[in-house]
Amino acid sequence: MIALVDCNNFYVSCERVFAPALEGRPVGVLSNNDGCVVARSEELKALGIAMGAPVHLIPPALRRQCTLLSSNYALYGDMSRRVNEVLESLAPAVEPYSIDESFLDLSGFGPLEAEALAREIRERVRRETGIPVSVGLAPTRVLAKLANRLAKHGGGVRYLAAQAPVTRALLEALPVAELWGVARRSAERLTVLGIDNAWSLRQAEPTRIRRALSVVMERIVWELRGHGAIVMDDLDAPRRHLLVSRSLGRPTAAAHELHEALRQHVARAGEKLRRQGSLAQAVRVVLRTAPFQVGRGAYHSAALVTLPTPSDDTRELLRAARQALAAVYREGYRYQKCGVMLMGLAEAGAPQERLLAEESAETVRRRRLMATLDRVNRELGRDTVRLGLPRHDSGWALRCANRSDRYTTRWDELLRVHA
Amino acid sequence: MSLSMPRRARPESSVPPLPLLGCRVRAGFPSPADDHLDTELDLHAHVVKRPSATYFVRAEGDSMRGDGIHHGDLLVVDRSLEPRPGRVVIVALEGELTVKRLEQRETGPCLVASHPGFPPIPLAGRDCRVWGVVTHVVHALPGAR
Repeated sequence: MIALVDCNNFYVSCERVFAPALEGRPVGVLSNNDGCVVARSEELKALGIAMGAPVHLIPPALRRQCTLLSSNYALYGDMSRRVNEVLESLAPAVEPYSIDESFLDLSGFGPLEAEALAREIRERVRRETGIPVSVGLAPTRVLAKLANRLAKHGGGVRYLAAQAPVTRALLEALPVAELWGVARRSAERLTVLGIDNAWSLRQAEPTRIRRALSVVMERIVWELRGHGAIVMDDLDAPRRHLLVSRSLGRPTAAAHELHEALRQHVARAGEKLRRQGSLAQAVRVVLRTAPFQVGRGAYHSAALVTLPTPSDDTRELLRAARQALAAVYREGYRYQKCGVMLMGLAEAGAPQERLLAEESAETVRRRRLMATLDRVNRELGRDTVRLGLPRHDSGWALRCANRSDRYTTRWDELLRVHA
Repeated sequence: MSLSMPRRARPESSVPPLPLLGCRVRAGFPSPADDHLDTELDLHAHVVKRPSATYFVRAEGDSMRGDGIHHGDLLVVDRSLEPRPGRVVIVALEGELTVKRLEQRETGPCLVASHPGFPPIPLAGRDCRVWGVVTHVVHALPGAR
């Protein structure tokens, strides 16, 4: 049995924990630079504001009804850690997938036991962190993802069996493009093969799918049938966060070994980032010992460094990651796990951020960019694309006009309560 | 009214394992290490029993002076604890976060200040959610910093 625990409207839920007055109101969280809406409360969705909607295109009358907040990555990162800690205290194996989703391996659990555990998870996470979560249960990850979607629409916990009429009906109604792990291009190729819904993909001959598409797509077929086949790194659908976290080969206290692990993680995360054409806004490093250590106690800490400009340059990511590592590293502990999360990923479609980031990149890349820029402007008219160059002396900073306080990571920004 | 006081799901499992130092109860097998195992005293670990559920907040105002909470004090809040009567709690009262003592009176549950001039607030008919239970107060003495 696999469980997928997904935080409901995670960013908005984090904001509401510390600002209960936002409960029941339309609330949105904005991307880097306050450009567009990246998280929506149910009330905001009901107002018809789309995911990714540019703020300046929202009619002012509508905008006045909502609370639109700048992203607060420090807060979301810390709340994500708390959610995962609660999960780890309740479930045998937790596999964080993104900032707001984790898979739990519940091998040996029957549906009833799993549902009981899922309900306890919901209650405990809600109580200890204030974050509402939904839990999808199924024999495989792909099906658990679907079960989670059902759970979101009612009850908060749903089990989806591989062989059940309800599963068939669900899969038949689901276009392949909406299936987890199926990119748009793959969906188009499946359509050419006459496969347009998830059920027809499940019924397809796995070897044929492998030959026509990929091994990963073949695994998705097996997963849809209820046979676990997915390895975490298989699914590289564009995400808003990238997480690379591994246990160290053996627990170590040596700073140079941690640096090496960090270097590898950042390199891997940087590759993924560029493959999906995104830029990261912040780098978060998590360091932990085994949960229990004789004599010294357990240690678990994380730090977040915001990049001066969004970047996909491994060297800049690494510089930030090292800064974060230096902040969390304490001598005398033997560390078991080291993780890197790239946060606040901007889609490649945000041209301004991309241009800003290139400014600090290698001269060669910059020259290539300039060449492209010149060509675009030559062919499409002057000033079609302009460079928004940051001035270093002005201490260029991201616009985050309406960011909530970093309640859990800054002493001078703690939550205030009336006494 | 919608006072939410969820029960604690599994009390035993909510305390993380800590080294058993200086344990007073000597039942069963005596630990030979007990007398030899000395560690740095970690105030954080002493105060924060459940890190995932513990939050630090700042008190503003003087209504809780009688409980030793002064304006500007740091409060340690554990959200995993049950908000029993008698405990000092943080509540979201009609959207505002406030710290008061929870009491069960004949007329129903109410929030009580510990300073004259602040009447008890009955919870009946109000939108009130318990946010967490205050476990410790950190109060800096004058001249300490």
